Amino acid sequence: MPLLEVNNLKTYFHTRNGIVRAVDGVSFSVEKGKTIGIVGESGSGKSVSCYSLLGLLPMPPGRIESGEAIFDKYTDLLSCGEKVLRTVRGKRIGMIFQDPMTSLNPYMRIADQIIEPLRLHMGMDKGSALKKAIHALDEVGIPEPDNRITMYPHEFSGGMRQRVMIAMALITNPEILIADEPTTALDVTIQKQILDLIKKRQKELGTAVIFITHDLAVISEICEDVNIMYAGRIIERASATELFANPRHAYTRSLLKSIPANQTKGEKLYTIPGLPPDTSQIISGCAFRERNQIGDQSKCLTDSRPEFKEIEPNHWAQDCPGCLS
Amino acid sequence: MTDQITDTEAGTSLWKDAWLRMRKNKIALASIMVFTVTCFFCFVIAWFCKDPNQVNLVNKFSGPGSEHWIGTDALGRDLFSRILYGGQVSILVGLIATAVSVTIGIIYGALAGFFGGKIDAIMMRIVDTLFSIPFLMIVIVLQAVLSEWSRETSAWIVNNLNWDKGFTDRITNVLPLFFALGLLGWLTLARIVRAQVLSLKEREFVEAATSLGLSKLTVLFRHIIPNTLGPTVIYATLTVPGFIMYEATLSYLGLGVESPNSSWGILIKEGANYLETNPQLLIFPGIIFSITLFALNFLGDGLRDALDVRASKD
Repeated sequence: MPLLEVNNLKTYFHTRNGIVRAVDGVSFSVEKGKTIGIVGESGSGKSVSCYSLLGLLPMPPGRIESGEAIFDKYTDLLSCGEKVLRTVRGKRIGMIFQDPMTSLNPYMRIADQIIEPLRLHMGMDKGSALKKAIHALDEVGIPEPDNRITMYPHEFSGGMRQRVMIAMALITNPEILIADEPTTALDVTIQKQILDLIKKRQKELGTAVIFITHDLAVISEICEDVNIMYAGRIIERASATELFANPRHAYTRSLLKSIPANQTKGEKLYTIPGLPPDTSQIISGCAFRERNQIGDQSKCLTDSRPEFKEIEPNHWAQDCPGCLS
Repeated sequence: MTDQITDTEAGTSLWKDAWLRMRKNKIALASIMVFTVTCFFCFVIAWFCKDPNQVNLVNKFSGPGSEHWIGTDALGRDLFSRILYGGQVSILVGLIATAVSVTIGIIYGALAGFFGGKIDAIMMRIVDTLFSIPFLMIVIVLQAVLSEWSRETSAWIVNNLNWDKGFTDRITNVLPLFFALGLLGWLTLARIVRAQVLSLKEREFVEAATSLGLSKLTVLFRHIIPNTLGPTVIYATLTVPGFIMYEATLSYLGLGVESPNSSWGILIKEGANYLETNPQLLIFPGIIFSITLFALNFLGDGLRDALDVRASKD
């Protein structure tokens, strides 16, 4: 039994311009201590799926239409209610956000923010919580943590703040860490440090990680299993080695082809034409059909949405003849 | 690692930064000093002055001199100590009414903005309705209602706690005005705070705080409201002189505080009657009144510049 099993999650936004099907039937599971990656373009629904799990979506307009997310065998995160969810959030599932510049409260000292989960979930007194917080900052590589902890967020650089966020998310030894594009706002050298840090802390604590990103290089660096999302659904899933060696779906292949390092120098860079489909319209056939240049567009399904199937052992993809050819 | 690095500074808060910036603003510093000196005179020196209510008809309208430094009024009362005692009421009206209105405004606005939707719509329509009624009119009505209650309180205190009747009356007599102003002055602030909270609650650190398992109200009171304090403090400093003005207006109309209390508004009103024969009765209270209001306004401006992080990135 996996630690977290998400089945057929659907999260819709009921806006004035109609229903936006941000997440439209997503299933995945997280094993203890493993790292899974969720990759997709902006608006593909990768962040929304994870926000849904922790009840962090603004509701309304957001609404979880169906699905379940069984955490640790018994708790369904989607239906357990705010009270139970609060005991899970920050204690058993931690989260890191995209922009470290804005995810710390500018008016509070680091110390006061980092001890919040300890005081709340562990019932620690201030003294021992501070001691543990200083230790946690030390673990994520912040020099002189006992001085640094009295500072305010604006006195830290972006990379340092992300380290603080990681320390804060991991301070209660959660079983799952959700990392929502934790390296997107950082420059490349810092990205590498943060990825190494997440890997190191994961190994030390045995935390499972759900890693959301749009950066394939980052995924290849850190994840064991990769889910590619497109228009609110997962379209391909395989282990990282398998996926990069043998991508099957046309979208995955287009993504890999778009990486500048994979292209011949001096030639025009390949990009996927067009835009992701508008999820407020009902998509009847293959969602990737109009942008499909690599596969055979003419063979793409038009009347029914392709089924998500195991097309090779441990390699799943949406079964659309046009996209797989 | 060298010794220099181990000697890091302790964190500086936004308030400390603001104070450092404020120290460079000479006008704001001067304003703080002027206001402090005024308060010191009104609340400390006043106790060592002559009784402001001692009538001496023989000595009425005496000019400035050694006995009465800036003269006496139509009833021979010492003008200097009357200005100081009047200042107590005027300054307290500003501070207490501001405190009351800030407390109500922050909580009301924050709740409306945070919960949004229908709750927000209803709460803000109430504010709109209150806004549409003439301010001074409700103050007058509210004050009449509260006066009843204040007389009862006064009697109760005198009977049960054996306080001095004169002193108790002095206090309970002005409280209705303080609260009437405060109970109505929060409308603008509620709107300011609501707008702030609306944008703050979408910020990532609020999501981050929620993801740590904090409850909604904890997030609101620990993380969101402190972030609204900058604009609130600025607005509050600027409302203090506003309330002092309102008190003066009401007193000038004969609706403010009653004898034996006086205030700068009352002194100006009395002085205006003798403008042609004894102008000092208007001029001295007027000067003190204007200087204090100027100081408070400059202080508000100074605070606004100091707390605006973007304005000075030095």
